[in-house]
Amino acid sequence: MNQLKKSDSSIRLVTVAGPPSSGKTSLILHTAAVLLEQGLRIGIIKFDCLTGDDHKRYECAGLPVKKGLAGGLCPDHFFIANIEACVQWAIDQGFDLLISESAGLCNRCSPHIKGVLAVCVIDHLSGVHTPRKIGPMLKNADLVVLTKGDIVSQAEREVFAFRVRQANAKAAVLPVNGLTGQGALLAAGHFKTAPAVASLNGMRLRFTMPAALCSYCLGETKIGPDSQIGNVKTMDFT
Amino acid sequence: MMGKVNTKSSTDTDLLNLGLDTLMEKYPYLKDFFSALEIDPCPGQKTPAMLIESLSLDHLSQFGLDHESLSAQVLEFIATMEQCRHKIHGSMDHLVIGAGFDKNGCPEAMGITLFPGEVVSVVGPTGSGKSQLLSDIECLAQGDTPSGRKVLPDGKTLDAQSRFSGEFRLVAQLSQNMNFVMDLTVEAFLQMHAESRLIDNIPGKIERIYQSAVMLAGEPFFLDTAITSLSGGQSRALMIADVAYLSASPVVLIDEIENAGIDRVKAVSLLLNKEKIVLIATHDPLLALSCDRRIVIKNGGIADVVKTLAAEKKSAACLADLDKKLGLLRERVRKGQHLIFDQNFFSDHL
Ligand SMILES: Nc1nc2c(ncn2[C@@H]2O[C@H](COP(=O)(O)OP(=O)(O)OP(=O)(O)O)[C@@H](O)[C@H]2O)c(=O)[nH]1
Ligand SMILES: [Mg+2]
Ligand SMILES: [Zn+2]
Ligand SMILES: [Zn+2]
Repeated sequence: MNQLKKSDSSIRLVTVAGPPSSGKTSLILHTAAVLLEQGLRIGIIKFDCLTGDDHKRYECAGLPVKKGLAGGLCPDHFFIANIEACVQWAIDQGFDLLISESAGLCNRCSPHIKGVLAVCVIDHLSGVHTPRKIGPMLKNADLVVLTKGDIVSQAEREVFAFRVRQANAKAAVLPVNGLTGQGALLAAGHFKTAPAVASLNGMRLRFTMPAALCSYCLGETKIGPDSQIGNVKTMDFT
Repeated sequence: MMGKVNTKSSTDTDLLNLGLDTLMEKYPYLKDFFSALEIDPCPGQKTPAMLIESLSLDHLSQFGLDHESLSAQVLEFIATMEQCRHKIHGSMDHLVIGAGFDKNGCPEAMGITLFPGEVVSVVGPTGSGKSQLLSDIECLAQGDTPSGRKVLPDGKTLDAQSRFSGEFRLVAQLSQNMNFVMDLTVEAFLQMHAESRLIDNIPGKIERIYQSAVMLAGEPFFLDTAITSLSGGQSRALMIADVAYLSASPVVLIDEIENAGIDRVKAVSLLLNKEKIVLIATHDPLLALSCDRRIVIKNGGIADVVKTLAAEKKSAACLADLDKKLGLLRERVRKGQHLIFDQNFFSDHL
């Protein structure tokens, strides 16, 4: 287990992102089970918007978990403002590995950080056009996990994997069955070699999060040009 | 692949300064790549470098790109696609499954070596560990799964890079639970799959797969039928024909197709003709006897490997006869006819 050594004041961090219900929690639970077996101490952070039951599933599996609720903010914006505190919590707790699960609601943002293992989870049911649609969350990932392959045909799995490689030629692409855990072993191989970090201060996002700078971001509810202030983009009908 | 990392920078610039038409002709999949980014590669640009230069930052930022990262991505994409194209997945000579342990941690009786063009069934009670064996093969177990087995293509350990990157897909899987979910016609679906395999003569392939699928299904369907509206039997038939002709994986794992409503024996022989290793988890005597060997699983371990006897092959012929007769009865049910028959119906020759 030499490769797992890291200093006491640092922690291996993995960010897991993906659309809602794509199988993020299922992947993390199965992968963590493999790593717990190997003796790793693991903490989980679940980011959500309003409510969610994921933390209960983690607790049931014996995994210490903290929940972050973004409320009205974009959950990825909320994530980046809070992830350093999460890292310090996890180091204090003496974990070897911290896994964060995104809320998965904003396809425009991407929580991936340079120097931190970035995982993107997509499910085969979401359609062959999804790899093109979900943008930076997929494009900038190091590992792409494809779930729910157990219920679609081999051909669709092959086309889907091909489309994912088209969108991100660099990433490892692994199928994982979120129900049985088949494939989680290989995902675990990636998780346990995530770079260790002592602090995220000074590190950078892989992709700029879009500015939340129009008047509606700030609470405006009235429609009309007088109410539109700031970063407003208009449609072209020509 | 040969030193692709080191030689990159020089070949890079070369590629991006080639004629755009030449490049698109040489790497036709670039069309798809650009269209995904809503880039029209035609209007008057001479080279990819010029094309990229002409795009607005606004347009690129929608996709999380800038000029520099797009250039890098184009090159990466070509490199990956070329790797896919040149990789010969099917060229495995044999597959060794090294013995591990059963559920009690006792060494299993034996391992097994499988050869292309061979069909082997996996038998044993529900819960005995058939799925673990299939799963070990899928992830190319290296003694690191619960069974402790080692799965070695050509008897050699696959390098960690190929295993963990997921680029070497040893196994194609077919099971009763799998359905088509794409909103496409049979033809468009096969076209899309063939394109993703970067092969030549796509129309010929489509026609052959379609013909085989109809033959296996027994009930005809058309190239313009939507795949999601195919019957269970037709879907299974199309999946099998597609795997036989288009899947890059040298091993096919089949889970319980006995109730699929297709000609199972023909299905198996179609896969065999393609020089695949075919493994079938089954309780069906006809399917079991159509295999050359049977892996017997007990308590999580391989307990025995049984060779199909010549006498069994003869028995299989009787079974096939019986199966055909059951098929006739099924057909009558379908047509709303009465089913009146006696023992003689089964003993008579067809
Ligand atoms: N058939 C099948 N179902 C799966 C698979 N993976 C996940 N599921 C199911 O899909 C549903 C969503 O899975 P979750 O793991 O909760 O997904 P998630 O991405 O964490 O969802 P949110 O956190 O709510 O966005 C659950 O009902 C899972 O049982 C899979 O590989 N196959
Ligand atoms: Mg979840
Ligand atoms: Zn956002
Ligand atoms: Zn706004």
